[in-house]
Parts: sequence; structure tokens; C-alpha cells
Amino acid sequence: MTQHPSNEIAAHDQHGAHGAHGEDSLPEIPHVLRQTDIDPRAARRAERQVATMFGLSAVSTILFVVAFVAVKKDSVINLPVIGPIGGQNLALGMASGLALFLIGAGAIQWARKLMSDEEIVDERKSFSSDDETRDAVVEKFRQGTDESGFTKRPIIRRTLLAAMALVPIPAIVLLRDLGPLPEKKFRTTTWAKGKRIVADVSYKPIRPEDIPIGGLVAGALPADIREVEELQGNLNERAKATIILVRMDPSEIRGQQIPGGDVDGIIAFSKICTHLGCPIALYQQRTKHLLCPCHQSTFDLADKGDVIFGPAARRLPQLPIGVDNEGYLVATGDFQEPVGPSFWERG
Amino acid sequence: MTIAQRAAATTTTWIDDRIGAGKWLKKNLRKVFPDHWSFMLGEIALYSFILLLLTGVYLTLFFNPSMKEVVYNGSYAPLNGIKMTQAYDSTLRISFDVRGGLLVRQIHHWAALLFVSSVSVHMLRVFFTGAFRKPRELNWVIGVGLMTLAILEGFAGYSLPDDLLSGTGLRIAQGIVLAIPLVGSYVSTFLFGGEFPGTDFIPRLYSIHILLIPGILLGMLTAHLLLVWYQKHTQFPGPGRTNKNVVGFPLFPVYVAKAGGFFFIVSGVIVLISALFTINPIWMYGPYTPDQVTAGSQPDWYIGWLDGAVRVMPNWEIVLWGHNLSLNILVPALIVPGIMFTLLGLYPWIEARATGDRREHHLLDRPRNAPTRTALGAMGLSFYLLIWISGGNDLIAQAFSWSINAITWTIRVLLIVLPPIVFVITRRACLGLQRKDRDKLLHGRETGIIQRLPSGAYQEVHAPLTDDAKAKILSARESYYEPIEAGPAVDANGVAAPKKGRLARRLSKFYFEQRVTPPTDEEIAEGQHHAADDLATVRPAGQITSGH
Ligand code: HEM
Ligand code: FES
Repeated sequence: MTQHPSNEIAAHDQHGAHGAHGEDSLPEIPHVLRQTDIDPRAARRAERQVATMFGLSAVSTILFVVAFVAVKKDSVINLPVIGPIGGQNLALGMASGLALFLIGAGAIQWARKLMSDEEIVDERKSFSSDDETRDAVVEKFRQGTDESGFTKRPIIRRTLLAAMALVPIPAIVLLRDLGPLPEKKFRTTTWAKGKRIVADVSYKPIRPEDIPIGGLVAGALPADIREVEELQGNLNERAKATIILVRMDPSEIRGQQIPGGDVDGIIAFSKICTHLGCPIALYQQRTKHLLCPCHQSTFDLADKGDVIFGPAARRLPQLPIGVDNEGYLVATGDFQEPVGPSFWERG
Repeated sequence: MTIAQRAAATTTTWIDDRIGAGKWLKKNLRKVFPDHWSFMLGEIALYSFILLLLTGVYLTLFFNPSMKEVVYNGSYAPLNGIKMTQAYDSTLRISFDVRGGLLVRQIHHWAALLFVSSVSVHMLRVFFTGAFRKPRELNWVIGVGLMTLAILEGFAGYSLPDDLLSGTGLRIAQGIVLAIPLVGSYVSTFLFGGEFPGTDFIPRLYSIHILLIPGILLGMLTAHLLLVWYQKHTQFPGPGRTNKNVVGFPLFPVYVAKAGGFFFIVSGVIVLISALFTINPIWMYGPYTPDQVTAGSQPDWYIGWLDGAVRVMPNWEIVLWGHNLSLNILVPALIVPGIMFTLLGLYPWIEARATGDRREHHLLDRPRNAPTRTALGAMGLSFYLLIWISGGNDLIAQAFSWSINAITWTIRVLLIVLPPIVFVITRRACLGLQRKDRDKLLHGRETGIIQRLPSGAYQEVHAPLTDDAKAKILSARESYYEPIEAGPAVDANGVAAPKKGRLARRLSKFYFEQRVTPPTDEEIAEGQHHAADDLATVRPAGQITSGH
């Protein structure tokens, strides 16, 4: 196509082939008279409408203050369709919402019915300066560069650039103490040989007999978890150590990450999804599949905790368990692979 | 002079004497603002942002961004005696013990949803009407930045109350950070002050949510609006509207009344919604703990597409020399969004390469008149919607009792197949509409009046178009391009033409090979002649004429 001259506002006649449709033949900007333009009674009606809306807005604001004092915190109102809703929230919201809305509705009605609705025209100018100005700018730049000697004194220029390139480094170094180095923290948990397994919430130790075949303990933790949390002042260990326990008929177990890591068909797996770290809870007893609610990664607990579907790439780590001399379930060591999401150094 | 006029005069004089505002006011008090419903989308975004600032500052008066554990003891009985962080505790207090606190929280959340929604639709409007073309490319880029920051800001806010849902969202974000090659585990421990969840993150996120991002947003928003002001708003084609003028209402009083009024309407509607519909009832989710989760939990809508992308990605992971490259996370969470936003930001230049056009454009395109752009937009939108839908694959599975497996595979296939189909269909539809427009302009609009020709055949009478319709259809000329032609392979001096520009030519061909030529004036004149003949023969209603 024809190259368009640059820096120009396109006009219809730029496309020569399509003929001139220039400014001179511009049609009028259409305008239709409104009822309120012709009929003074309609105008007065519009005026009254606008004033009523402003007035009602003022009333709503006062109602807001009344509601603030009068409506009790615990009052509940049952609305059709929407259901029960806090009375205070409803009253305060309706009052202030209407107060705002009515000002807006009034102003728009005013603009539409009573202010002039004739559109006006303004010209546009091209934003580009003319060539002379541009040349002058280039010249000024050249003059400035010359006077500074920026181009003629390369050693100044280069050292300045080097210094400027380095100067943000402190800003990055300063961030160093935001946290410790990761070290091996992503690889270990607080589980250790002999640590009892307790059920979440009740913190009671668990005996193998407590779990029937086909049963599930949806959340279990090391017995000392609360002391650890007290000591560390955070939930970090819980975020790594939480496990689930399932019991199946030993013949149903097709494979284990840790041979003999079960107790009579009770196997322990990390509860933390290897995809992005959600706790997993949906267990299908028939298929022995465990489904993560976050992105639906599915793990086969009867077969080494392998991923059988979904975006997770790694199996769920197994925790080796045994029974202590009082008959309670204990860990017989830590996980043998990192729990939770993958990371660069994981391997 | 009335009292009001005198007051206005005194005030302007006072200001003018000090900063010389007179000239500026003289020029701008009657500045013209074009009017169209779609121009209100950006306004909605602005007004919900103002509302966010106001309600956000109020929330800071009561919210306590601390991860220190306390035992709850307040008005919401079901959680009494439960351990939780101060962040969650103070959010409960705002919701149940501060009068009007819940309302302000709800306004803040609804305004956030409306903010991101209106920014998104506003962006679509700008895209499909070509408002990003020269000289407005800069403002498009600022807009893409605003969109990105709006999403981040929303996610940061959503994560502050430390309820079970927001904590789960943070856990996922931390998993994504861990997947960053080389530095992931370092970035994660630095951000969280150690391992997840630690006790540092919410206070840090708080500074980001109430200071850093709003500060940048405010600065960019100001630049955005200054540019709109300075460059003047675009307008849709219509009678008397050209590329060299602006037609609309004066700033004072009509635009001030309409825009000011609209601010109150948007605020009022958000407050009314907040009065009636509960959003983010954090008391029902309970405090965050890393070993619990609720099934079927959904993020706010604008995070859904990322969540969905993460869900459909196959579980690819590369392990080399003891190092992991988690493609299953990197691709959907960082690479694809990165590419999407980069392409979006660069789009004005991509299209300018194809048109070779360096002119300023102030008249908006009708989407049909830019078929390839419109089709590309529809294609991108279909991709976005698909991954967004995939973010609810568990809900779909539940609602229709389909298997998640089947849904995920269906979406994977659709992601590859559907966008190109949408592209083709949309482009055809646009070209078809353009052809119809052309016909209308040449033969007039269909009147529904049937006429019998001397030959005995029946034919519909066509009437001339209104000025408005004519101007709209004629605007196709502004959007019309032909593919850039290659120059001669060897120039007059026998020097081979540079290879440069081949890409642009290919791009141009892709954009403009299929096109509909807008009618020329001669064609129109001829067409009108026929139409006039048609009309001359129309008789009063009901009568079928015969003969000429
Ligand atoms: C574009 C701007 C903003 C967006 C999209 C946004 C979004 C959000 C969202 C979604 C929440 C969760 C609300 C909930 O509890 O349901 C939130 C919480 C919060 N936001 Fe914002 N916000 C924005 C600006 C601000 C500003 C400017 C401030 C303060 C100056 C602020 C202060 C807060 C505070 C203190 C909370 C936590 C209190 C609570 O959740 O009750 N926000 N924000
Ligand atoms: S976190 Fe479990 S599937 Fe994503």
C-alpha cells in the first residue's frame, strides 16, 4: 500500500482512491430537542425530580447515623431470596448506599434533562512539532553533549557508567537479612525414630487397633508438635510434618517406598501435596486414591504414593512407622525424600 | 451578577493572581469530552479505586497485620477459645465488634472485584476499538502495568486476613516461588523470613498492600489520566466526527455533572451490594493452619485463570545433574502469564508493523473493520476463558458428575484447537459484516417494502441510509489497509533489496490479505442513483406497483 506520510493526522482523503470526503462536506452534528427543552412544565417536573433525589439522599445520611446508634450488633434480618444477613450491616449499608446513589442519580438526571445537550466541537492538533523545532532540539542536545565533553572524554563516561551500574548493589545486598539461607531445611522434618504419632485436634496417641481396615486418619502429627511450636513460635514444623494414616489389607499394598514401612497394612504418607503444598484430604477408600483439593493431583496410596493424575510430578513421601513397647504408633525415622513442592536443588 | 457568579469571579481572580490559572481555565473549562457508554468503564475503575483508598485507610485503623498467635475471645461465639493470628483476630473484630466495620470490609472487597473487572473490560474496549494506536501506545503500556498491579494488589489484600482460604492461596504462591530455577528456595526463605509460613510474611505483605502497590498504582493512574486529558479522548465515528476534531459535551457543566454523578452512582451501588451480599465471610473458613484445607475453595475471580492454568498443565518435570526444573509449575504460573502480558504490552507495535501506518488515530475502529485484530482478540479471550473455566474443574465435575480426568483432558485439547477456530470464525464474521455494510451503502437499507417489477418479479425497496449509519460505514475507509508490497528485488543500481522488512511484509499479509474494500465515492454515487429510482416508484403502503 502507499506509505503514509508520518506524523500526520489521518484524514479521509488520505486514501486517494476512495475519493475526497473532506471537511467542507461534513454533515451537521445531529441534535434532537428534548421534552424539557420545549415544555417548561416538563422542565419543572425534572427540576422537582432532581431536588427530590438530593433531598432523599440527605434523609438517608441522617438515617445512617440513627441506624449506627439504634441497630444492635447481633441483630439478624431474614431477607427473601438472600437469606439471613446482619441487621447492622444491612441498615448501615442501605442508608449510606442510598445516600450516595441518590446524589449520583440526581446529578445525572440534572445533566440529562436540564443542562444543554448540544454537543460542541473542538479541533485536534497534531502532537508533533515541526521539523525546525526538532532540528533545534537535536542541535541543543549536541551542544550540551559537546559542552559536557561526554563523548570526548571516554574515561569519564566509562567510569560513570560503571559506577551507575554498580550502585544498585547495596539495595539488593540490604535484602539479605530478610531471612536465613535455606540450607537443608526443605529436606528434613521433626519426625525421628521413636516419636509417637498423635491424632490432630485431640493430640492423643494412636494404637494400630484404633484404625480399622479401610480406615483413615486424615491428620496426624508428631507427639511433641505443640512444644516445638511453642519453642519456635511458628507453624513451620506443622506445615512439613503433618501426615495421614490409612489402613488397608496388607495384600492390597502393591508397593511401598520403604519396604516394611507399614504396620499391619497401616501406612503413613506426608499430607502435604508435592505439587504446590496444599494439605490433602480426599481419600477414596475403594480405589485407595488420595485427591488434592487444590489442583486435583491424585496419588495412589496402595502403590508407593505414586502420582496417577494431575499436575504434581512427585509421589507423596512415605513416613516409616512402627509400634513402641506400649503399643502406640511411632515413626521409625524421618521421611526419606523432601516433603512438599519441588525446588531447584531437590534432585 | 448573582452572588454565585460573583463568588466564582473572586475565587478565580485570587487563584489567577497567584498562579496564573486563568489561561488554563479559559482553555479547559469547556474542554470537550466525547460520550459513549463504553467510555464509562475506565471511570468505573477510577471510582472503585478511590473507594478502595478510602475504605482501605479505614481498615488500617483496626487491622493488625501480625502473625503472633492469640486466643480469640469476641462476639463471634463459634470461634471463641480458638488459637489464631492477630491478623485473623483483628479481621474478626472488624467484622463483629466494630460498628460498620463489616460494611467497610465488604465495600473494600466488592470494590476490589469491581476494580479488577472494570479494568479488564476497559482494556478489552481499548483493544477492540483500536484506541491503543498512535499516539496512545504509551497509555496502553501504562494500562497493561495497571492491570498487572491490580491483580497483584488484589491477591495481596485477599491474603492479609490469614483465614484458611487466604493462607492456602499463600501456600500455593510459595510453592510457585520455590519452583523458580536457581534461586527459588532462597527467594522463598527470604520472603517468608525462613520456612513457610513463619511469622514475617503478613506484616511484609501488609506494607506492600497498603503502601508500595497503591503508591505505584496512584502514580501510574495519574499519568494515565493526564495523558487522556492531554491527548484528548478518542471518539466513535459519526456524523461530523472526524479524525481532526472532538465532538462531545463541555467539561463544565455537563461532564462534571455526569462524571461526578457517576462517581456517586458507582459508590452507591457498591455500598448497596455490600449491604445485601456477603463477600469473603472469613469467619466461616476459620483461621489458617498449614495442615487443613477446604475442598472446592476458589480464589477471587481474577486469579482463577492462573489457578486453572496450573490445573491443566501436565506434570512435566526435568531433573538434570541433581537439579529440578518444574515445568509443571513454571510454564502455567510464570512463563505463560509472562508471554501473555508481554504480547499484550507489545501489541500496538506488532500491529503497526503490519499496517506500516504512522498516522495519528483519534477515530475509533468498529471491531468489524479490523477483522484480524478482532479475531486475534477473540482468540486470546477464548484461551483466557478456557483456562479460567479450568480453574473450576472440580466444581464442574461435581455439578455434572463428570470425571475430573475427562474434563482436564477436554480442556487440554480445547486449549490447542479452540482458539484457532475462534480466530477463523471471528475473522469471517467481521468480513461478512463489512460486506453487508458495503451493500447497504451501495444499495441502501432494506425497507421491508416489496415491489413488483415490470417483468413480474418482486423485489424489496431499498431506502437511503441515515447520516449516522452512513458515517459509521464510511469509517471503514480509516481502517482499511492493503498488505505491504515488496519493493523490486533489485533496485535501479542493481543492488539487491534488503531482507529487512520481510517479516513486516509477512505480518502484513497475515493481517490484510483477506479484506473487504470500502466503497469509493463513485460506487456510492452510482448506488444512490439506483436507490433513488427504487424510491421514486414506491406508492403508499400496501399498494404493489407495476411498471416504471
Ligand atoms: C487497588 C487497590 C486495592 C485492592 C484491589 C485491594 C484488595 C483487597 C482485598 C481483596 C482485601 C481482602 C478483603 C477482605 O477482608 O475480604 C483487602 C484487605 C485489606 N486492604 Fe486492600 N485493596 C486495595 C487497596 C488498599 C489500600 C489503598 C489500603 C490502605 C491504605 C488497603 C488496606 C487493606 C487492609 C488493611 C486490608 C485487611 C483488612 C481486612 O481484610 O479486613 N487496601 N484488600
Ligand atoms: S497443591 Fe495439590 S495439586 Fe496443586
